[in-house]
Amino acid sequence: MDNLHSLMIVLPEVSLAALGLLLLLVGLVNRSNTTHVVSALTVLSFIITAATLISPHRLSFLMGGTAPVFAFGTMFVDDTLARFIKLLILAASALSVFLSGGYLENHKIARPEYPVLILFATLGMMLMVSASDMIALYVGLELQSLALYVLAAFQRDDAKSSESGLKYFVLGALSSGLLLYGISLLYGYAGTTDFVKLSFVFKDAAPHTIGLTIGLVFVTAALAFKVSAVPFHMWTPDVYEGAPTPVAAFFASAPKMAALVLFLRLLREPFMPLAMEWQQIVVFIAVASMLLGSFAGLAQKSVKRLMAYSSIANVGYALSALAIMNKDGLSAMLIYLAIYFVNTLGAFGVIISLRKQGQQVEAIEDFAGIAKKNPLLALAMTVFMFSLAGVPPLAGFFGKYFIFLAAVKAGMVPLAVIAVVTSVVAAFYYLRLIKVMYFDESKQIIDACPCFGVRATVTLAALYMIIFTVWPQPIIDGAIAAISGFIRG
Amino acid sequence: MIGLEHYLIVAAILFTIGVLGIFINRRNVIVILMSIELILLAVNINFVAFSVFQHNLVGQVFTMLILTVAAAEAAIGLAILVVYFRNRGNIAVEDANMMKG
Repeated sequence: MDNLHSLMIVLPEVSLAALGLLLLLVGLVNRSNTTHVVSALTVLSFIITAATLISPHRLSFLMGGTAPVFAFGTMFVDDTLARFIKLLILAASALSVFLSGGYLENHKIARPEYPVLILFATLGMMLMVSASDMIALYVGLELQSLALYVLAAFQRDDAKSSESGLKYFVLGALSSGLLLYGISLLYGYAGTTDFVKLSFVFKDAAPHTIGLTIGLVFVTAALAFKVSAVPFHMWTPDVYEGAPTPVAAFFASAPKMAALVLFLRLLREPFMPLAMEWQQIVVFIAVASMLLGSFAGLAQKSVKRLMAYSSIANVGYALSALAIMNKDGLSAMLIYLAIYFVNTLGAFGVIISLRKQGQQVEAIEDFAGIAKKNPLLALAMTVFMFSLAGVPPLAGFFGKYFIFLAAVKAGMVPLAVIAVVTSVVAAFYYLRLIKVMYFDESKQIIDACPCFGVRATVTLAALYMIIFTVWPQPIIDGAIAAISGFIRG
Repeated sequence: MIGLEHYLIVAAILFTIGVLGIFINRRNVIVILMSIELILLAVNINFVAFSVFQHNLVGQVFTMLILTVAAAEAAIGLAILVVYFRNRGNIAVEDANMMKG
């Protein structure tokens, strides 16, 4: 009976896993042309999972769905925060699958395994954000990471792609090792791996036990690695540059959100009594990420590396919201993530759709003059860049605004000032791209890919950036509801 | 008498060797894979030692999961390494610099 109850709670994950296995079989049927079919079915699986996640039937089974519900002892928790972020993750993964179609065919890597790997990575992320025990956290994180390593190296005949896969693998495995070592010390200290019990143990703990502090530092460092925060960011630009562009787009969206929310849950639930110890670490990595992401981005020539540094800076903003740790800060972080993932996927969509003589466009100078031949694409890119820079009418502005506001309200004025200054610095490289598109003379012919998936994604993302301005209520209300359900629980 | 601290010291030494192996080694990617295994096994020693000395089974369950995941991780690591070797013709760490990082 208890297991049946648990199964009902993890129903979205179970159905996604079952569909993933089924899709692997579908991919085997006729290897020549199944990628389209499997991609479409993968998107359908994400939709089914999302529908299961928020189906009224399941929610009424979970007693209204506002209080957190545990499954399999206390391994897995289903609460408002997890549901909100899972919807975002599913949307990001579905859009990533959409973005990939034309690129995969152009590079002759259209294999049915690709969407299935994205599906399993998504499953790992869903487990991560619902983990309520170190064991579940580790297994979810690894399920996600293992799929991502393969995706980074997916373009098998390309030296850059395999090198980026190798680098990602080595550094990812190292960070998993650090995480595990930290967890083992925490386990040794507390005698449990359960988040709720851990928080009780830490509440009574003498604040400066050395094993506890070391364990905390290891776990924080490993998670900083996963969200690519400075000083553990060095893999990001290389992996983004080498990995196939749609994979880089995926890396910049869904796994970032999952890792940040995992960070949130870990700091807020088991480590909350130790807030004095970790708050300074989080503030430090947030500030360092914002500074490095903005300044190092200035020197970049490759647009994929530029997006990598932009993602580092954006993780910095999200982490500063995390460091505030009150209701305002956390809901600002969720709003920020909900805007950022669409923004970055749209920008990557434009990068994917531009080609010169069948080759992918990589250098920023290749963007010269595309506004004349592809005015709509250039307009979409302008919207994304303005939004990333935080120019007022667009969605990106609101994301940053709520974070700055929460920081000032919580009395962390220096943090807010640094965030504003770095955001101005970063605006330089976003605006430079717009300048290159509109005012520089093009030297070669750049075509736009006629792929339907990419166009649809770019259009949707650009509309989202604009519509958010006039109708932000659903996202804001959702984020606030998610955080109030989480903090009360 | 061998106490908890002895196990912890051995694990800490193995862990340090593993981390150093990743950063100092300039020659061979296989050595990096071995270092990763070393790190994971050091963690396992920690977990089992804590588990035994606290009479709490969770640590041993965790160890089983780490072993399983480590096997999967090694398989994927070696697969990526094979792909890398086919493209580049060698697996020297210092040559992995097509992209500046």
